[in-house]
Amino acid sequence: MIFCSDNYSTRPQSITLSSNLKMLVLLIIFFSLTGCGNNESNVSSGNKTGTLYWGNGTEPQSLDPQIATGVPEHHIISAVMEGLVLKNRKTLEPMPGVAESWDITENGTVYTFTLRDNARWSNGDPHVAQDYVWSWWRALQPALGNLYAYMLFPIKNAQQYYEGDITDFNEVGVKALDEQTLQVTLNYPTPYFLQLLDHYSLFPVHQATIEKFGTADQRGTRWTYEGNLVGNGPFQLVDWKINRRIVVESNPYYWDADNVSLKKIVFIPIENIVTEERMFRAGQLHVTSSLPADKISVYREAKDPELKIAPYLGTYYYRLNVRKSQFQDPRVRRALAMSVDRQRLVDNITKGGQIPAYAMTPPGTMGYYPKSDLKFDPEGARRLLAEAGYPGGKGFPATEILYNTNEGHRKVAVALQEMWKKNLNIDIRLLNQEWKVYLDSESAGEYEISRAGWIGDYVDPNNFLDLFLCGGGNNRTGWCNEEYDRLILDVAPSMSSHKERLEVFQQAETMLLNEMPIIPIYTYTSVQLVDSSVKNFDANIMNAASYKDIYLQPDKE
Amino acid sequence: MYRFAISRLLQAIPVLLMVITVTFFLVHSAPGGPFSADKAVPPEVIKALEEQYNLNQPVWQQYLNYLGDVLQGDFGPSFKYSGRTVNELIAAGLPITAELAFYAMLVALSVGITAGVGAAMRPNTMQDYLPMTGAMIGICMPSFLLGPLLVLIFGIHLDWLPVSGWGDIPGDKILPSITLGTGYAAYIARLSRGGMLEVLSQDYIRTARAKGLSERLIIIKHALRGGLIPVVAFLGPAFAGLLAGSFVVETIFQIPGLGRFYVQAAFNRDYTLILGMTIFLSTLIILFNLLSDMLAIWLNPKLRQEIRGTN
Amino acid sequence: MADAIEDHGTSLWKDAWIKLSKNRLALFGLAVLIMLIATSLLTPLIAPYGYETQNLDMGATAPSLQHWLGTDIFGRDMLTRIMYGGRVSLMVGFIATAVALVIGILWGAIAGFFGGRLDAIMMRIVDVLYALPFMIFIILLMVVFGRNILLLFLAIGAVEWLTMARIVRSQVMALRNQEFVEAANSLGLSQWTIIRRHIIPNTLGPVIVYTTLTIPSVMLLEAFLSFLGLGIQPPESSWGLLINYGVETMEEFPWLLIFPGIALSLTLFALNFLGDGLRDALDPRTSKD
Repeated sequence: MIFCSDNYSTRPQSITLSSNLKMLVLLIIFFSLTGCGNNESNVSSGNKTGTLYWGNGTEPQSLDPQIATGVPEHHIISAVMEGLVLKNRKTLEPMPGVAESWDITENGTVYTFTLRDNARWSNGDPHVAQDYVWSWWRALQPALGNLYAYMLFPIKNAQQYYEGDITDFNEVGVKALDEQTLQVTLNYPTPYFLQLLDHYSLFPVHQATIEKFGTADQRGTRWTYEGNLVGNGPFQLVDWKINRRIVVESNPYYWDADNVSLKKIVFIPIENIVTEERMFRAGQLHVTSSLPADKISVYREAKDPELKIAPYLGTYYYRLNVRKSQFQDPRVRRALAMSVDRQRLVDNITKGGQIPAYAMTPPGTMGYYPKSDLKFDPEGARRLLAEAGYPGGKGFPATEILYNTNEGHRKVAVALQEMWKKNLNIDIRLLNQEWKVYLDSESAGEYEISRAGWIGDYVDPNNFLDLFLCGGGNNRTGWCNEEYDRLILDVAPSMSSHKERLEVFQQAETMLLNEMPIIPIYTYTSVQLVDSSVKNFDANIMNAASYKDIYLQPDKE
Repeated sequence: MYRFAISRLLQAIPVLLMVITVTFFLVHSAPGGPFSADKAVPPEVIKALEEQYNLNQPVWQQYLNYLGDVLQGDFGPSFKYSGRTVNELIAAGLPITAELAFYAMLVALSVGITAGVGAAMRPNTMQDYLPMTGAMIGICMPSFLLGPLLVLIFGIHLDWLPVSGWGDIPGDKILPSITLGTGYAAYIARLSRGGMLEVLSQDYIRTARAKGLSERLIIIKHALRGGLIPVVAFLGPAFAGLLAGSFVVETIFQIPGLGRFYVQAAFNRDYTLILGMTIFLSTLIILFNLLSDMLAIWLNPKLRQEIRGTN
Repeated sequence: MADAIEDHGTSLWKDAWIKLSKNRLALFGLAVLIMLIATSLLTPLIAPYGYETQNLDMGATAPSLQHWLGTDIFGRDMLTRIMYGGRVSLMVGFIATAVALVIGILWGAIAGFFGGRLDAIMMRIVDVLYALPFMIFIILLMVVFGRNILLLFLAIGAVEWLTMARIVRSQVMALRNQEFVEAANSLGLSQWTIIRRHIIPNTLGPVIVYTTLTIPSVMLLEAFLSFLGLGIQPPESSWGLLINYGVETMEEFPWLLIFPGIALSLTLFALNFLGDGLRDALDPRTSKD
């Protein structure tokens, strides 16, 4: 390869060949790449045909409601399946779903549901009470590995059956009295039980389809894939192209099909939220799953009505491994918690209207507003740290913040690293790992500080506080307080009024905050962009869309 | 010629075996098992899953099983997308990546060859310096820099072209193809310039000129064939580079091709998918190298003699 | 005869230098390289701000008098970040190339010098390794063993040594048959001495050229990996990583992308020109005498 050489004679003739050829070829490429289609955007064509384009984060792994655990999966599952009871999309009050009515006994432990007689599966099969008995039986099979099996534990004997103490499922408190009547018996009066029925782990699944593709407790069969899935929801699965789109169409057998306005929903998996926002601006999506932090301020300043920020039932927090020497003293833990300037963090880093969190349970959870004495107090933090034996940060051992690889988490970790350096003079390093490796490290206790988040599955403080029970699989801090366990497991459920329950929870919460095995940082908000043609969207704290209510109507220009 | 092809194919087999073996043992020594999940996974489930995927057998056993399957063309089930097979996933991504690579190569060849040949026609003039400096810039600007810049200019500020997807909106193939192809256009420009310059200095070209043939005819009929040999030889490595480049381009433009699958699989510890794709891609690359070498030989009469001679 | 060799050596280098100095682009490349090395070495002394110094209230700001290249979203000075990032990028470039160099030279010299079956086997291994899709393997290595900076050097070095080995081998083979080697042999010098004193110095030319061209290629590879999230990890940063961050916010804060991008492109540009220039300068075919 000779770069510049001067040994060759030049010919003065002009050569038009190369330029002509170049032009021709470029034209060919241009046309073959553009295609000659029209340039209408998804949003405008979707508005005409009743098709909603929904940006859905990562590609879903499985649509099996008793195996899947992620939010992207949840969005699709709630389109093709439905539970006994729905939630009002604004107030989250229970509303009839497949069950058109229900009775609860005086003592609150026996629920009797009356199912609609026009309830059907998407292939026309009648949908009866026995379906629920079978589905919940399946959900409790240990080999299935249902990570939400515990959601069924309020039901009498469900936990014992799951753990093998009882082997006859007939002893579990769910029975089909006849085709349209389902009776459920609980251990205690559980005020949030009706909410649980709207959680996808309690959705019914179609027995014949599952058994066509494997045994009932076999994981990872093909029964949820395109061409196979049968559900009882307002939509049915018609197409699934991996990494491209999942398409659902209205289900004519759905009991409320007449009131469903949308004809089709196209879920598009987009991992990169920066790209997703661009697609929204280009009219490719009606709804995005999220929004990059740096763009939030742009939309806010423009007072753009398409920006929807709503409180989200979740807490962003850091776990402290109390087994490590430097974290065995609660004063050290509290010192770290007190030197985080949460307001600055949500204003300058996350920017999504998040609320600084000084307790684990989000405020407003079913009327519960946790009281906390935690606040940003660098002076007090330094004193505590000195008392604990590290005056001025001297002698504090090497400590790492572990987080799963993600831009947002990195930003928070970098900010906190700086805050702890500035306020406590301790050196913290950062370590990021992929999701799976990170989970393994956390479970194995191989971390010092670890980033964590918990999104509530139902609206009740129990869901947040029972994370830190002694043996809880989601505890992972090594913290164990038997009095705390007693409050959550024995005292709270036995309270007769909601107010009394909340008081017990407050006691437990105070205990948790005094010992600070975790550092609450902020309460989540859901931030997304919603096109103005999408009506009846109504953000709520569960971030649960009600697809059957949504309709598309472009605003008049 | 056939003997050559067959002997090369036979040589490729131990290479492939080595690829399979090395990748298999690498992947299995990775930390972070495939079954970690969001909430704590009960141990019975892990056991059941390990049985289902034969992970409780000794590694040697697993390796032999896997080898047997692969030789029959079965790459096994994916770990992350339960119920899907690796073959299915590869089949989903392959047409898209192939199309992307094809268009990128089209851009690279057309722009590169015309620029390079044009430069060789009039060396040391503007027609030479401009494209060659442009080529240098093209080589030095990585695709992950060029892509976002193109998106910024053409997709956002000017709003002429779509910024993501493949085949969903008309015109969404332009930016990714240009991004991927530019680096190679630059390289091909330099290669063809060099090749053409060498050929144009040959005696038979001087003879043709002396005979009074038009420059255009000389180039098309005589010079091009020899001058483009370095380009043809480069096609094999270029193809490998295109596949690698597709990782970044597919990530930037959210294109559902093999590259994006591969990066995702790497982050997800989807053992079987990583294995399957590595083997599949290696096979493709080896095949392509073979094809491009054969093409180079066919074009170059001297080499052809050599091959015939040694056979 | 030894004197004659020395003499010839000197005039080759002087000759090369004369040719090189006529090539303006190559000189530009050399100037950039020297400036980069100097800046990288002196960074801890001359960087305007601390590497980690944040200013959350300020956030990302455009270039100004206090911050010549602006600040990132944490309020960290971009000029400082780019300087430190350059240190890492250059370090990866040099060290990985050094790894490739050592392996490649030894391999090629031994194969070329001893020839015969040893050569055939060694070069066959090179051919086989050449055919493999290395990007894929590097990604695999980084994922499997974690993103350790040492591993990065080794992985990249392990890819680049192949071409070096080929170049060195062909040089050595050509040299081996020349007269001065026969003479040295007849004088009774050991093989090793011959290799050390005669062969290796004379292969320096192509080796230097190729090294200068490998460094930018390695830097590009590292940037590529870092962009995908598989290379350098925070809190360290390299230009590739800075570009990654810049792409995320390129609409709101374009300077976060543009400046690291210019830094990387300019460096690659300069090194490539330098390498090309060196190749022309050291090419005996275009020698003036």
